[in-house]
Amino acid sequence: MDYVIEMIDITKEFPGIKANDQVNFKLKKQEIHALLGENGAGKSTLMSVLFGLYQADEGHIKVRGQEVDIRNPNDANDLNIGMVHQHFKLVHNFTVTENIILGSEDTKYGMLTYQNARQKIKELSDRYKLKVNPDAKIEDISVGQQQRVEILKMLYRQAEILIFDEPTASLTPQEIEELMKILKGLTKEGKSIVLITHKLNEIRQVADRCTILRKGKSINTVVVKDTTNEQLAEMMVGRKVVFELEKTKAKPKDTVLQVKNLSIKQKEGSKLLVKNVSFKAKRGEILCIAGIEGNGQTELVYGLTGMMPIQEGSILLKDNDITGLSIRNRSLTGLSHIPEDRQRHGLVLDFTLENNLILQNYFTSKFHHRGFLKFEAIRENAERLIDQFDIRSSRGPISLARSMSGGNQQKLILGREIDRNNDLLIAVQPTRGLDVGAIEFIHQQLIDQRDQGKAVLLVSLELDEVMNISDRILVMYEGELVGELDPSKIDEKELGLYMAGSKRGEIS
Amino acid sequence: MKNFWREILRFLAKKANSIQVLSSLLAIVFGMLFGLLVMLIVNPADAFPGFFTILTGPFQAGMRSFGNMFYRATPIIFTGLSVAFAFRTGLFNIGATGQFTIGAYIAVYIGVHWGFLGPFHWAVAIFFALIGGGLWGALPGLLKAFRNVHEVVSSIMLNYVAMYLMILMVKRTVFFGDHARSLAIQDSAELPKWFLGSIFPGSSINIGIFIAILFVAVIHIILNKTTFGYELKSVGFNKDAAKYSGMNEKRNIVLSMAIAGAIAGAGGAVFFLVGGRYLHVNAVLMQQGFTGIAVALLGLSAPIGVLLAGIFYGFLELGGLFLQGFDFTREIIDIIIAVIIYFSALSLFLQKFVASYIKRKTEEDVEIAEGADIK
Repeated sequence: MDYVIEMIDITKEFPGIKANDQVNFKLKKQEIHALLGENGAGKSTLMSVLFGLYQADEGHIKVRGQEVDIRNPNDANDLNIGMVHQHFKLVHNFTVTENIILGSEDTKYGMLTYQNARQKIKELSDRYKLKVNPDAKIEDISVGQQQRVEILKMLYRQAEILIFDEPTASLTPQEIEELMKILKGLTKEGKSIVLITHKLNEIRQVADRCTILRKGKSINTVVVKDTTNEQLAEMMVGRKVVFELEKTKAKPKDTVLQVKNLSIKQKEGSKLLVKNVSFKAKRGEILCIAGIEGNGQTELVYGLTGMMPIQEGSILLKDNDITGLSIRNRSLTGLSHIPEDRQRHGLVLDFTLENNLILQNYFTSKFHHRGFLKFEAIRENAERLIDQFDIRSSRGPISLARSMSGGNQQKLILGREIDRNNDLLIAVQPTRGLDVGAIEFIHQQLIDQRDQGKAVLLVSLELDEVMNISDRILVMYEGELVGELDPSKIDEKELGLYMAGSKRGEIS
Repeated sequence: MKNFWREILRFLAKKANSIQVLSSLLAIVFGMLFGLLVMLIVNPADAFPGFFTILTGPFQAGMRSFGNMFYRATPIIFTGLSVAFAFRTGLFNIGATGQFTIGAYIAVYIGVHWGFLGPFHWAVAIFFALIGGGLWGALPGLLKAFRNVHEVVSSIMLNYVAMYLMILMVKRTVFFGDHARSLAIQDSAELPKWFLGSIFPGSSINIGIFIAILFVAVIHIILNKTTFGYELKSVGFNKDAAKYSGMNEKRNIVLSMAIAGAIAGAGGAVFFLVGGRYLHVNAVLMQQGFTGIAVALLGLSAPIGVLLAGIFYGFLELGGLFLQGFDFTREIIDIIIAVIIYFSALSLFLQKFVASYIKRKTEEDVEIAEGADIK
């Protein structure tokens, strides 16, 4: 069979790291080819080389047997290669049509004409069953639909080879299912697809073959149906992986956090982002707030931690009313917070590792004497936590946080927050973007915290995470809690229905 | 020799911040070369002797020139420190000029009228100039913290307010109409020379340079050794993280602008508490504040870096003076400084350049920190 893409011995080096090291990748016509690997394995780099965003240092690329030189995305376009990025590149207050034609507009007498484009988009949408309304504004349609607009954008530009970068990251289970159908439909119509992912289930569902990358090297290319998930995972990580965590049944005790009728308004405007939310978190349990991104979870946490003012309601932490307290005082009352955006909130990237570790308690007598920092205490603190939480970096305590990998940055934050030994640990998306090893570690730490009698409030978008480590699930939809579920009694599909707002339940 | 060079590079690669320092030095080299180029175009015959003069500025007239170098550097160290301190806390104090002006006026007023202070005269004048500059600096801080007005906009406008206010107040309180300038300050208000007069005979140097060094030391300690500095730097590097950890961002913004203003105000006092120097009532912004920005950039926003960059500025200025002996205007110096600034502004680019050079030679990876400080 002919290959539509052949990438041979691709090497791409960035300062300090070989992102791709003699990688080989071959895409057959009409296949769905998964590109599997942990974060930083070089998947995105490889595809960026193919899409012309980077130039390879060594190696060559053949498209339909012809050796080519792809210098920028326009070259890729001319070769009928299209890419859907993880973060969509759409203009929010433009319509679907306007977004799709952006960059290749038809004009008549110097004026834009939409009719032809609109017609063509409609035809494409029907043909591939994408169900997109060409006149809808991007800000009014769902994330799943926005993704289909991105797909249409490629099809409109006559792409034959479609690259999807982590396409399911922000979709509900139902939307994922639909996307999988669309992908299969596309290959039937003659398109060839590269699917960048680290989710084994998706690969099993749709992919024909799979190339595994690890630390910049191509490990193997396998036929998916002849390979087990365990084998794939092992090739990806380089060692055996535990899929199920060791976790005993939760033994919830007294309430640590009680939230009553909490409402939070948008900063400007009057829309309620969190509507009348009430719940309790107890010692010895991991309570999970599940939901699709942007349904008020972020604001709920901001409200709890004091980073955003609340409109109504009250928050009790260990029977203390902390509703009106400052961020600092809440944290001193007994609240630890692993923030959603670790680089924006959790770290001062230009500080060293040791200075980041004292971010929450630099003002305690442990770390200063009459306003002067105690550098020895800071260093000891860092060495202890580095050891305890296995935080790896190039220069130990004096490494810049910026130079550390995402997983180790997160371990830094985790260590700092857990070490404060507070009764409530709020962890928001603690494993986002991390590799399997780091995820395992962080999950184990959260469970250990639970077992030590802490209340853990986990906010997560990842279904696997929600199902695997939580003891109780609250589902949030459009600012409201719409269901309280027991993870041992439901499956992902049902959870998905709650998350999508099509099912509601009782909250105790 | 080659090995020796490689060893030096390897040492630098391991030493934190060396890349930044190298890139600043490189900026200076490029700036000087560009200056030479301009001189070659303007007046090829005198270009090389002229350039040599710039390079040897303070060596021209022995210790006297050295004294003058420090003397010229002093006000620039103050304004540079003011801007650098604000930089480190995430603020751009483009208003150092205004704060400098306010400090200058207060110092001159006290210098003219408060003769009763006797031996404390000059010290009290500096103290009140510091307070005045601090309050003037706090204004954009307050506007930023509570009204979200960008400090660049408000402090630029306040520069003009300060300038006209100074003219108005000079005319009302300390005016010497015949020369359209302020009255002479009393002798007791002039900064003493102490032993410096005998070390640098014939030069204008006074203890202002010591006061500048004292300020540099204090700011260095605040920034690097105290919890207060830790907070200020956290806010400067990442105010979201500072907020997350419960720091009072608003208070820090006001305080750090006030401190920056106080430094510049003290600089104004030190500059004008000199016999034979007067406030003029021309509507011209004082340049020291803007030169301070350049010096802060060149000094990598670190107090000690600013001290060195300020002295280097004094060195160049002096070279510029001697340059007039040739057929050059001293504005050549301004061009050189401007080019150095451009290259400092490109410092990230230069840092990458230096880092990749070192890597090629030594196979050592080099971390590039943005805005890291010299310890």
